[in-house]
Amino acid sequence: MKIAVCIKRVPDMESRFRITGDGKSVDEAGLKFDMSDFDGYAVEVALQMTEKLGQGEVVVVSLGPDAVQEALRKALSMGVARAIHLKTDRVPVDGFAIATALAAELRSGGYDLIMFGKHAMDSMNGVVGAMTAELLGLPNVNSVSKLEVAGGKGTARRELEGGAEILEFPLPAVVTIDEGIARPRYPSLKGIMAAKKKPLESKPVQLIAPRLEPTRTELPPERQGGRIIGEGVAAVPDLIRLLQTEAKVL
Amino acid sequence: MLDFYNIDSLLSEEERAVRDSVRRFVDDNVLPVIGECYVEGRFPKEIVPGLAELGVFGANLPEEYGCAGLNNVAYGLIMQELERGDSGVRSFASVQGALVMYPIYAFGSEDQKRHYLPKMASGEIIGCFGLTEPDYGSNPAGMITMAREQPDGSWVLNGAKMWITNGSTAKVAIVWAKTNDDKDQRSIRGFIVPTSSKGFRAKDQKGKLSLRASDTSELVLEDVRVPADALLPKSGGLKSPLMCLTQARYGISWGALGAAMACFEEASSYAKTRIMFDRPIGGFQLQQLRLAEMLTEIVKGQLLCVQLGRLKDRGEFTPQQVSLAKRNNVSIATDIARETRRLLGANGILAEYAAMRHMANLESVYTYEGTHDVHTLILGQSVTGLNAFGA
Repeated sequence: MKIAVCIKRVPDMESRFRITGDGKSVDEAGLKFDMSDFDGYAVEVALQMTEKLGQGEVVVVSLGPDAVQEALRKALSMGVARAIHLKTDRVPVDGFAIATALAAELRSGGYDLIMFGKHAMDSMNGVVGAMTAELLGLPNVNSVSKLEVAGGKGTARRELEGGAEILEFPLPAVVTIDEGIARPRYPSLKGIMAAKKKPLESKPVQLIAPRLEPTRTELPPERQGGRIIGEGVAAVPDLIRLLQTEAKVL
Repeated sequence: MLDFYNIDSLLSEEERAVRDSVRRFVDDNVLPVIGECYVEGRFPKEIVPGLAELGVFGANLPEEYGCAGLNNVAYGLIMQELERGDSGVRSFASVQGALVMYPIYAFGSEDQKRHYLPKMASGEIIGCFGLTEPDYGSNPAGMITMAREQPDGSWVLNGAKMWITNGSTAKVAIVWAKTNDDKDQRSIRGFIVPTSSKGFRAKDQKGKLSLRASDTSELVLEDVRVPADALLPKSGGLKSPLMCLTQARYGISWGALGAAMACFEEASSYAKTRIMFDRPIGGFQLQQLRLAEMLTEIVKGQLLCVQLGRLKDRGEFTPQQVSLAKRNNVSIATDIARETRRLLGANGILAEYAAMRHMANLESVYTYEGTHDVHTLILGQSVTGLNAFGA
């Protein structure tokens, strides 16, 4: 069983964000970064799968500038065997450009399973996994909450509103992982030391011309102070009217 | 945690990764239970396997003995994160690593190292360190515990040790004793004593109002016989246990910052959300003074620790430098915990908040591993060349 997990380095979502001078993107200065949460679940699932089988290899792949190597090394410290860094000067906003580069790398890798988090915590697009599957001509299951493989076949569970769906598919396949499937392990201190010695291959890749570019990035509006419109039962009709007409939440 | 001086930029990626992993472990496993453990007066021993798996015990000792082989800055960051949880949890790890594994590593035979260190790193064997005695705390040279060599090469130990962290939990005790009725401190040697030995008793110290989530015990040794190979062959004189204490004090310098950081986080978040006189109390100058002082002292302490760790890694640090860091950082942490307690008003006395627990814990940390006063005298002697100790 050979598994590739594609991971993304994202800012800590509890940071205080600022917008760059040109108003187009988030200013990365002073932010702390980590592997995207769902990608961490995917790494954990992949590790558990090979540990349970007692054989196999987990490889992590990430695209972006040199800084993404820190996220790759974190995966290595969790127990992943080796890492591939697809080196670009930035992470494009166009998921298709990312998927194209990933597919080119993964196509000849002989992977039985290619895993992603269901979406990145920063962009929340959730398209790169599906696009990569399509480019590779592989079956694709998204937002998987339980995953098993046996006999060249995979079985995945997906949580639906008020129910669940269980799907079967042939390997190789591309699967994106939902939260709650597995708790990512703490990188052990020995694992952190060992990660330095594991292979991390960095190769420059040429991105295709992006088909979309951001024109503006905005922070949510400052929260306004509350307003007291009256007291007691007498105020209720006004309150309902304002919730309907002004706040538009009813 | 606020990194006001970008101290992260002084740390390597690996050092940050170590800290972040231990931080997450403490957030998930220590913080949710520690308040309750404290009130119950119980060490959360359920976290020991997780700490061992993470690799925190003796983390700065070499990999060939089953340890993580980290540098001293990474080791210090582990202590910081553990004490951000609780001084008792950090004490447990300090004792296991710096006071039991370290002396076995530094003074033990190759056989002792191969036998004990991997099992202690994995948490299979928990240890304690017996130096302090009921009447000999700051003056360990006066100890009266005695080990007498027998004709067959074995040793018989008699004496009592007090304030021993992990004393009732431990499988082995490193016991320091004078040898063969020689009252001179140069006769002091270390022994690895299984706590199951006949004549060995550990008694839980009752009535503690500090370090309540920690096992503190008294050890009594009555004609405890141990084989010849229980002796740490390279130990000799008071210098040996003092070398262990230098290791532990180094960790405490970092640990105290963790407690201070936990309090500062609690104080700043409370100040921003607690409303009094129609505004957050953080908007009042008196609270801002508190927060500004706390932040300043934490930053200074962090810079002190990073430099001390770098010196230690280069093999250039002195025990006097460790005294300065332990003395300063525990003292500022004690003040920060108390000021946080006060900033929190009545809520500050509750176990639901961390401040008063840290405040009470730090009084012990202020007193153990060389009291604040003893470190003052060490520094005074270092500056003047004059010994102001009793003897």
